Amino acid sequence: MSGWGRIWDALPLLLSGAMTTIEITAGGFLIAVALGLLAGALLGARSRAVRAAARVYTDVFRAVPVLTQLFILYFGLVEVGVRLEPLQAAILGFGINGGAYLAEVFRAGLLSVHHGQTEAAQMLGMTRLAVLRIVVLPQAMRIVLPSLANYAIGLLKDSTLASAVAAPELMFLARKLVDRTFLGPQIYFSVAVIYLAMSLPLARLSRLAEARAGRGRR
Amino acid sequence: MSDPPLVPRPEALVRAVRVGKRFGETEVLRDVDLSVQPGEVLAIIGPSGSGKTTLLRCIAHLEHPTSGHVEIAGERVGAVLDRGHLRPMSDREIARLRQGIGMVFQRFNLFPHLTAIENVMLGPVQVLRRHRSEAEPLARELLRKVGLAHKADSYPERLSGGQQQRVAIARSLAMQPRLMLFDEATSALDPELIGEVLAVMRDLARDGMTMLVVTHEMGFAEDVADRVVFMDHGRVVEEGPPRELFRAPSHARTQAFLRAVIDRQAMAEAP
Repeated sequence: MSGWGRIWDALPLLLSGAMTTIEITAGGFLIAVALGLLAGALLGARSRAVRAAARVYTDVFRAVPVLTQLFILYFGLVEVGVRLEPLQAAILGFGINGGAYLAEVFRAGLLSVHHGQTEAAQMLGMTRLAVLRIVVLPQAMRIVLPSLANYAIGLLKDSTLASAVAAPELMFLARKLVDRTFLGPQIYFSVAVIYLAMSLPLARLSRLAEARAGRGRR
Repeated sequence: MSDPPLVPRPEALVRAVRVGKRFGETEVLRDVDLSVQPGEVLAIIGPSGSGKTTLLRCIAHLEHPTSGHVEIAGERVGAVLDRGHLRPMSDREIARLRQGIGMVFQRFNLFPHLTAIENVMLGPVQVLRRHRSEAEPLARELLRKVGLAHKADSYPERLSGGQQQRVAIARSLAMQPRLMLFDEATSALDPELIGEVLAVMRDLARDGMTMLVVTHEMGFAEDVADRVVFMDHGRVVEEGPPRELFRAPSHARTQAFLRAVIDRQAMAEAP
C-alpha cells in the first residue's frame, strides 16, 4: 500500500512527460498530415516525374522502421553537421514517417470523390487548388478521417519510441523513475491510466469530426 | 445555311473552327465547324457516340481538341497569344475563362456536402469573392426562379433528380455566365421529372440566354432552339432551323435518325 501513496510524489514528473508525449503526437501528426496530403495529391499528379518522386517518398519511408529513422535523424544527421534536439528529432521523424503512411490514405480519399465534382467546380471558375480545397478535400475527409483518427491514436502510443532518442516523454520519464524508486507496478499502472486518459478523448473527437464530415449523407 | 460559312461571322459568341478530337485510335470529332450567335439557342442532336458531348466539353475546355480550336467571344479557348506566340493558358486563365461559361451535367454533380443554397452561393462567394450577405439574396432569387425556394436548406440527397438538376442550373446562373452549356441535362432523369427541368431551360431561353443544348428531347429542340445541328460519327451532317430540319431533313442519315427517335417516342406514348 505504501508504494501507491508515493505515486502522488511521482505525478508531477509523469504529467510533464505526458505533456511531452502530447507535443510529439501533435507535432508529428500535423507534419504527417501536411506531408501525407501533399504526397497523396502528388501521387495522382499528371507529371510522371512528380508521381515518381511521391512514390519514392512513400515507399522508402514506409519500408524503414520508424525507430531506425529516429536514430538516423538524431545520431546520423550529426555526421553532416545537423544537431537536432531529441524532441525535434522525434517530431520530425514521426512526421516524415507518418506522411508516407497517410499519403495512401489521402490518395484513396481523393480518388473516392467522383470526377464530376471536380468538373462542376472547375466550371464555376475555380483553379485546381481551389477545387481541391473547397470541393474535393471536404468530401474526401469522409473516407480519410477514420484512418487519420486511427493514426493519431497509434502515434500517441508509438511516441514511446522517442524515449530511444532520449526525448523526455512519458515512458522515458517513467523508466527513470522506476530505476530510482523501484515502484515499477505502481508507476507503470499510472502511466497506463494516463495514456488511456489521452487516447479516449481522441477517439471521441474523431467520432465528432466524422459526423461533421458526413453532413448531407446518411 | 446548311453549310457552315468558311469565314464565321465575327459577332459569334462561340466558334468552333475545324475541331477534331481523337481518343487514341478513335476519332470522336472530325473537322467540326460551328458558330453560336449571342442570344441564340442551339440544339445539338444525334445518336450516342456522335461526338456531341465531346464537342460541348471541348468548348468548356474539359477536353482539348487534337486539331482546330474553339473561340469564345473572340478569345481562344485554352491558348493565349503571348508576344506573337500561342502558349497554353495557365490554370488561372482557364479558370477565369470558365467563369463566363455555365455547364449543366447529365449527372447534376451537385456538391453533396452543401445544401442547395450553399451550392448556389459557392461560386459567387469563393470565386467572385462576393460577401455572403450579397450572395445569399441572389442565390435565393435564383432558387425561386427554378421553383425551389422552399428547398434552399435541403442537402442534394434529399432532392429528386429533377430538383437537383434545377439547383445545378441555378448554381451555374449564379456566376452570371454569358453562355450556358447543357450536356444531356435530362437524360438521367425519370420521365416524369424531365418536364420541370425543360421548363426552366425554356424560361432561360426566353430570357435571351445563349445556350448550347445537347439533347435527346426532340420536342424541346423543335420548340425552343433557334437552330438545330445534327451530328453523326463526329461530323456535323446537317444544320438548320428546327422546322426545316425536323420536317424536311435533307440527308438520309438525319432522316433515319429522326424516324427512329420519333418511332420510339410514339411507342412510348402509345397506350
